[in-house]
Amino acid sequence: MLAGAPAAAAAPWLFPARPRSFGAPMLKSTPFHPRTAPLVRAQTWRRWAGYQVASAYEPLPDHEYAAIRNAAALIDVSPLHKYIISGPHAARLLDRMVTRDVAACAVGQVLYTPWCDAHGKVIDDGTISRLSDSTFRLTSAEPNLRWLAMNAVGLDVSVEDVSERLAALALQGPLSRAILQRLAAADLATLRYFRLVHTTVDNIPLAISRTGYTGDLGYELWVDAAQAVALWDALIAAGTPYGITPAGIWALDVARIEAGLIMLDVDYVSAHRAVIDDQLSSPLELNLGWAVSKRKGPYNGRSALRAEEAADPGWAFVGLEVQWESLERLYAERGLSPHLPTVAWRTSAPVYRGGVQVGYATSGCWSPLLKKYLALAHVRAPHCEVGAELTLDVMVEHRRKRAAAVVRKLPFFDPERKRS
Amino acid sequence: MTARASSRYDAVVVGGGHNGLVAAAYLARAGRRTLVLERRPMVGGAAVTEEIIPGFKFSVFSYVVSLLRPEIIRDLDLPRHGLHILPLESTVTPLDNGDYLASWADPDATRRELERHSPRDAEAAVQFGRLMHHMAMAVRPILGMVPPDPASLAPSDLAGLLRLGRHTRSLGAAHVHALYKLMTMSSADYLDEWYEFDPLKATKAASGIIGTFMGPRSPGTAYVLLHHYMGEIDGAFRAWGFQKGGTGAISDAIASSARAFGAEIRADAGVERVLVRDGRATGVVLLNGDEISASIVVSGLDPRRTFLDLVDRVHLPPDVIQGVERYKFRGSSGKVNLALSGLPDFTCMPGVGPQHRGAFSISPSLDYIERAYDDAKYGDFSRNPYMDIVIPSMIDPGMAPPGQHVMSIFVQYAPYHLNGGWTDARREAFGDAVIRTLARYAPNIESLILGRQVLTPADIERITGLSEGNIFAGELALHQLFFLRPVARWANYRTPIQDYWQCGAGTHPGGGIMGASGRLAALEILRSGAR
Repeated sequence: MLAGAPAAAAAPWLFPARPRSFGAPMLKSTPFHPRTAPLVRAQTWRRWAGYQVASAYEPLPDHEYAAIRNAAALIDVSPLHKYIISGPHAARLLDRMVTRDVAACAVGQVLYTPWCDAHGKVIDDGTISRLSDSTFRLTSAEPNLRWLAMNAVGLDVSVEDVSERLAALALQGPLSRAILQRLAAADLATLRYFRLVHTTVDNIPLAISRTGYTGDLGYELWVDAAQAVALWDALIAAGTPYGITPAGIWALDVARIEAGLIMLDVDYVSAHRAVIDDQLSSPLELNLGWAVSKRKGPYNGRSALRAEEAADPGWAFVGLEVQWESLERLYAERGLSPHLPTVAWRTSAPVYRGGVQVGYATSGCWSPLLKKYLALAHVRAPHCEVGAELTLDVMVEHRRKRAAAVVRKLPFFDPERKRS
Repeated sequence: MTARASSRYDAVVVGGGHNGLVAAAYLARAGRRTLVLERRPMVGGAAVTEEIIPGFKFSVFSYVVSLLRPEIIRDLDLPRHGLHILPLESTVTPLDNGDYLASWADPDATRRELERHSPRDAEAAVQFGRLMHHMAMAVRPILGMVPPDPASLAPSDLAGLLRLGRHTRSLGAAHVHALYKLMTMSSADYLDEWYEFDPLKATKAASGIIGTFMGPRSPGTAYVLLHHYMGEIDGAFRAWGFQKGGTGAISDAIASSARAFGAEIRADAGVERVLVRDGRATGVVLLNGDEISASIVVSGLDPRRTFLDLVDRVHLPPDVIQGVERYKFRGSSGKVNLALSGLPDFTCMPGVGPQHRGAFSISPSLDYIERAYDDAKYGDFSRNPYMDIVIPSMIDPGMAPPGQHVMSIFVQYAPYHLNGGWTDARREAFGDAVIRTLARYAPNIESLILGRQVLTPADIERITGLSEGNIFAGELALHQLFFLRPVARWANYRTPIQDYWQCGAGTHPGGGIMGASGRLAALEILRSGAR
């Protein structure tokens, strides 16, 4: 059954000089990549929603973290998913979907909100900016286009995914206002916490929101992807005298734990991905009860959340402070001084009370500012009161130990300037 | 009589296919003196590697490992005996507009690729995957149980039904409802509920029609989609992919394990018939006339051969004979194996790249596959067939001389009952149609072919013995599954003849290089205390 003839010589594609890697699965890069890539000195990249972003620019994130709390840090947050929702029923669509009252959101205001499935379990969380009476921008950690479309049935509304064409840059830290004001046309002194303004920075048109993921004074800049590099350059030039520092995800992670801000896939599992019921969380169980409107009309999960409010949720999301003396003792038993994580951890660690497991911590870090070992944890409701004395599973020189940990009020760090 | 002819075994296994080998290994492991008899010069049945063209090794029939049970891998210590599964990472579907649809090992890359075609489908895939995961979890225990007969009041059947009932209740209402839909709908309708991008639906639906004489719009095909996800549940075990050395190396590994447990395996030893005395199987007669006596005889052949060819019908009740005669084989697929001087250049994704380490699926639309079925429905092979193409030499360089390649093309539909019957000329015409279709997507293919092997269902039947060339030893259709596989009342690996057992893929759960039929049969033999 032999047919055909050898055709090696006739076919140059058999032995290409260099294999062309066509269609090879590569990570996407953000619009700021031309500027960020040369700065990543130790090749410490990570993936975020299919993009490659810097874990840190310097080999260690300490200086980048310090900039967030002491000067100003520039953080590329472009991988966020972003949608423009517009039309006569735009507010109705969002109100049907999220737990906060969107109708009451003023033009130029920004809301942080979770959203739930029909059983009141959190799917995702993000911000809603009211750009005009009938136009909103929604940000999310996961894609939500299909979910928006399913909720938009019967409504006069259009949803556009602008994730790729809208770049996002966070400028965070006590000096962020001073730097930005040098370039912005708008008066930033009047831009209040969770408000937004359309203006220019160094003549580049953009939107500035007084928001962030660090719990500090800070801004997020929403700019056309084509202008991203120019914006970066302008900010670096104006900010250098103020100590502006590009910061990666490691630095951001420490800041967001100090600020008590949750992260999807780290601190909770989306209701769209949970495989078993135990993986689900309601907003109340995530310390987001304040973001569940008691006044507004029907929305996804309302009846379940009402019932849960009446019965009290089974779980709470709390801050834990690992007791230094306890940790020191555990290490001393092995002849060592306490060893601290250099970056935030995102693994799960059991939490106990009196020898019985009552929960689990989902992220933790050493806070260089507060000089405390912090963790964010899910604990069963009876053990969530501030001051409750629990223990956290820690690994001390190849041995599992339990360090004393006390429940603290979130956020751990809440400076005046955050809201100023 | 010679000494050899009079030798006596605890168990004789007829047929050295992978299920027969698995059954023999488990029996030998339990201390039974076991003999496997294989007609061909090599064991493996449809899982064989042969050097059809010098230097080029083909997984002649079955070409990937999908659902080989993890418990078999552990119990038989297969990694020590040569099991070595290499990853088969991607699937590329060339589209008619020159573009492609790809799925990669990396979830981010796959999501981004899907988003390119339909952002909604990319999102739906997450929840679809979760639901199918639940469905597969729901069905998986069934794969590991001896089918209870729902019409029987025997204690073992009632216990099995009770287990099944408890299991169904534990699923929760929503999952029971979804499972019901999955069991009754066509794969096209089912996928329509989730997705909008037609080539995606076509590529997923294709896995629901493999080895059946049904199209993507035939009710009942949705269920077979599950098989893909069942492989994923055991994904952590990494039992899905390409066996180093081809699928024959899996058969060799199982055979090696069986021998290590003390089983004897004889090739070139076809069985002519099973000896039955007073309603009991007492041994077998080989094609060469030798007689071998054994306490039990286990057939790894398909139900037609097991019930109608190996034993005299006088030993079987008429309703069982009728049941087996009604059991549907209807082989619907063929195989084309190519020896290539180089790699095909696909127009949709030119050059050489990671795509060559994965599968190419010729499934540009649901209509395309349904039309391919239309041809077969009326007795012709598909002029434009569905094809699943892999290049094993890209994954295991040992399969072909350096720089050269082997290509395995699974083709559907090629009906066993072809109008006018299969002839050499028709076989080559079928092969030509396959190459012509492939050349539309990879124009250089014809210039690369050093040799080709075309296998029609008639060839599959002739070489492996699988009736009507059905690759699953009988269609994997709902009316032939679980307690109806192969026939009612005899789904528990027994036959109406005492000490005559069945262990082939024609019994529950069957299909693919799973080994589950062989294992369950052996465990049932051991449990029954038959000696």
